[in-house]
Amino acid sequence: MKNIGIYIHIPFCVKKCNYCDFLSAPADNTVKELYLRALQGQIASFYEEDYNRSHKVTSIYFGGGTPSLVSAEWIGKLLDTVKKFFVVDDNAEISIECNPGTADEEKLEGYLAAGINRLSIGLQSTNDDILCTLGRVHDFSQFLQVYKTARRVGFDNINIDIMSGLPDQTLEDYSQTLDTVLSLAPEHISAYSLIIEPGTPFEHMELNLPDEDTEREMYYLTKRRLAEFGYERYEISNYAKPLKQCRHNNIYWTGRDYLGFGIGAASLDRGFRYSVVRDINKYMDLAFKEKWSDMFENVEKLTDADKMCEYCILGLRRCEGVSLSRFEVKFGRKLLGVYGDVVMKYAQMGLLRISGDNLRFTDRGIDVSNTVLADFMPD
Amino acid sequence: MDQSKIRNFCIIAHIDHGKSTLADRIIESTGTLTAREMQDQVLDNMDLERERGITIKSQAVRVVYKAKDGQEYILNLIDTPGHVDFNYEVSRSLAACDGAILVVDAAQGIEAQTLANVYLALDHDLEVIPVINKIDLPSAEPQRVINEIEDVIGLEAQDAPLISAKQGLNIDQVLEAVVEKIPAPKGDKNAPLKALIFDSVYDSYKGVIIFCRVMEGTVRKGTMIHMMDTKAEELVVEVGYFGAGQFIPCDELSAGMVGYITASIKNVRDTMVGDTVTDADNMASEPLPGYKKVKPMVYCGLYPADGSKYGDLRDALEKLQLNDASLFFEPETSVALGFGFRCGFLGLLHLEIIQERLEREYDLDLVTTAPGVVYKVYKTDGTMIELTNPSNLPDPSEIEHMEEPMVSAEIMVTTDYVGNIMDLCQQRRGIYMGMEYMETTRALLKYELPLNEIIYDFFDALKSRSKGYASFDYEMKEYVPAPLVKLDILINREEVDALSFIVHEQSAYERGRKMCEKLKDEIPRHLFEIPIQAAIGNKIIARETVKAMRKDVLAKCYGGDISRKKKLLEKQKEGKKRMRQIGNVEIPQSAFMSVLKLDDEK
Repeated sequence: MKNIGIYIHIPFCVKKCNYCDFLSAPADNTVKELYLRALQGQIASFYEEDYNRSHKVTSIYFGGGTPSLVSAEWIGKLLDTVKKFFVVDDNAEISIECNPGTADEEKLEGYLAAGINRLSIGLQSTNDDILCTLGRVHDFSQFLQVYKTARRVGFDNINIDIMSGLPDQTLEDYSQTLDTVLSLAPEHISAYSLIIEPGTPFEHMELNLPDEDTEREMYYLTKRRLAEFGYERYEISNYAKPLKQCRHNNIYWTGRDYLGFGIGAASLDRGFRYSVVRDINKYMDLAFKEKWSDMFENVEKLTDADKMCEYCILGLRRCEGVSLSRFEVKFGRKLLGVYGDVVMKYAQMGLLRISGDNLRFTDRGIDVSNTVLADFMPD
Repeated sequence: MDQSKIRNFCIIAHIDHGKSTLADRIIESTGTLTAREMQDQVLDNMDLERERGITIKSQAVRVVYKAKDGQEYILNLIDTPGHVDFNYEVSRSLAACDGAILVVDAAQGIEAQTLANVYLALDHDLEVIPVINKIDLPSAEPQRVINEIEDVIGLEAQDAPLISAKQGLNIDQVLEAVVEKIPAPKGDKNAPLKALIFDSVYDSYKGVIIFCRVMEGTVRKGTMIHMMDTKAEELVVEVGYFGAGQFIPCDELSAGMVGYITASIKNVRDTMVGDTVTDADNMASEPLPGYKKVKPMVYCGLYPADGSKYGDLRDALEKLQLNDASLFFEPETSVALGFGFRCGFLGLLHLEIIQERLEREYDLDLVTTAPGVVYKVYKTDGTMIELTNPSNLPDPSEIEHMEEPMVSAEIMVTTDYVGNIMDLCQQRRGIYMGMEYMETTRALLKYELPLNEIIYDFFDALKSRSKGYASFDYEMKEYVPAPLVKLDILINREEVDALSFIVHEQSAYERGRKMCEKLKDEIPRHLFEIPIQAAIGNKIIARETVKAMRKDVLAKCYGGDISRKKKLLEKQKEGKKRMRQIGNVEIPQSAFMSVLKLDDEK
């Protein structure tokens, strides 16, 4: 039985943030309703008896956009659809991303009742001025409210997203954000360092970004402070209390299959990578005409070289790194036989390290990981 | 073909005085092309020429004109380049003509190259007909320009046609003047064949196509031709003349005619421009006087960006050399750049044009090293070497002294800018030789300048300091001793041979500093710190540092990001491949080029 994850994309938001390059946009209620119906259709269309005999869903993730704009009733319907057409593990991790200002007590209770057992709340910063620059629709007090409500209604697995390297952010600001978040004791913290993506408003704005040294200092501070409070860094930007690692994300990084539903959603499915069309009208049109096979684009059949490369570039994001023995079992070749030169080169420079059975990045290696990973790409 | 009805002529002018436009109008008004078929500047058929608006390669076209005397005349118009770098090609074209139309801008009057071209034409015993162009401009002063032509050049110009090539005004007067004043060609069509090769192109179907002017005798299909210099022989497959933009076959080319010959010639080296074509079965006793061989003035290394394209680059250079005999090249190797060629050019514009033609017409990616002149290095053992590649400079202990080439330059400029131009020449180590007033508002400045000071960006500097009013011409003078040093660039403590160059002692510090600054911007950050140093011998004279990379990490990588992330890493890896590896430093190709543009910011 293979464990798989399911990702459901909710492309709606109240207003797009200035740094966001995810597929999302504000939409009216009619469009939302039609989109959710289309989603149900796409999930149902996947059904295969054979597939369900060998695959079990251990994680479902509602991402966006702002999934918390969707009512508890609809989240329930979507989950019921998944359960109807897939085999879902009783202990599956079922997460939803939630933005402050979009979920009240009633909705959160509804989510819990519908089967959601993990919340991921986007805070980014506790400084309201910075939140405003980011184009977030909430302030810190709204975040605090939703966090406390979530605890009160009974969520016991919550992630908080924070960001460093933000415009006008000082080391003190960031340190305060860390302290505040730590005082709330979430089970999981995702700490991202801002990347200015092409196509976002930030690309063309004049931003007062922290200098390089300060930015790196924020990054190092995250690891030190969170470690003091018992959070283990298990991936470049992710920290968790023991046993609270995000199961869904680990599926991505360990090369297991996942199925994506909704516009732009990506899948890794039995040796193929593909994604759903990005245009919402086209998506809904195809869904209502039940042209499921026309819905996919960027279909890529992975060769053995691709699979080995992906196993390394994704696996190395995780702090425990890549297991040499598991690599050999999976591919029938020794990792050092395939990537020996690259590993040696960067090990000598102190960027990669082999300890026991595992190949992993050193701290300095993580800082410049793209440069190293580029050399794992097939010729 | 009746010789008395043929006129072979060219148009000469200073750059931008409207030579190509006049050619277009002549072709148009003689009816070989309808107005609808006319593209702007019909004769300039290389993309590059169109874009830059200049004429690089000599081209020829035959038109039929019905003159006022009721007779039809065949006019062979041979286009010539205007830039000083291409004097050699002008000379080639002139040898095929019997007369020349001199185009002078009605507003600007005589410029440096007007003079240079007129003298070339007179050297070839051509009849020169002055024509005043651009009379439609508000600033036109035709009478002043006519007087200038008579005073400065000494040509009769009172009845010179006043035209506007742009508006097609009075073009018929030009054609009448051609028929009346330019002599018909002479030559015996029954004498042994003598045809002058003035150009050639390579065609993958026909082989080499020879452009020639038949001086004596006749050539036709089936003639066994013999090249008097290269001794190559081949059977003629086709002869013909030049329509606008096309070859039109005909039965024979006889004395006085201008046309082309194809003869399945595969080897481009067999048809040297300037050589004489004769009949193998009835050989001429003596060849025509050829062109004087030109010596390249400026040298640089040309390397394929992708080392595996070395053979392609060699083929392309050979083909270009076919119709550009002034291009010189020989193989060389560089530690930094691998296998390539040391190439010699007439000047910097010539270099740029060749580089662009290689890139566009032959689809090659090139890395060019800093251009330099030919230095004479006198060694302590009494021998002398001509240095074209700085890397070959002998150890300083073996050098007795070095000499650099000087040019005598004439700069024509309106009096307002004399001061600026004198400052510029001073900065470039110029020696003031005198100044003549051409008239009240214009002066001719004479300087002796080291050639290596004018090959970089002298033209640009001249233009910007005179608001475009200065024009410049130079000719080679003698070599003079100079305190020259070799400046080396060390990247991460390794010397990069392709970046070395010879420079005057006084400018070494300044250049070294600028090189380091430029390279610092060009070299991407690495995982380690990279010192960039400029050195003379063992002495470091400038240093910059490329700081180590601090951060190159993707913060987020979830399910939807993976394909994008892979593309990103693939691109990164591709980028690395395109770099040149010096020790463990990867240097982008652009870094080698950037040092050519050191003076941009001035």
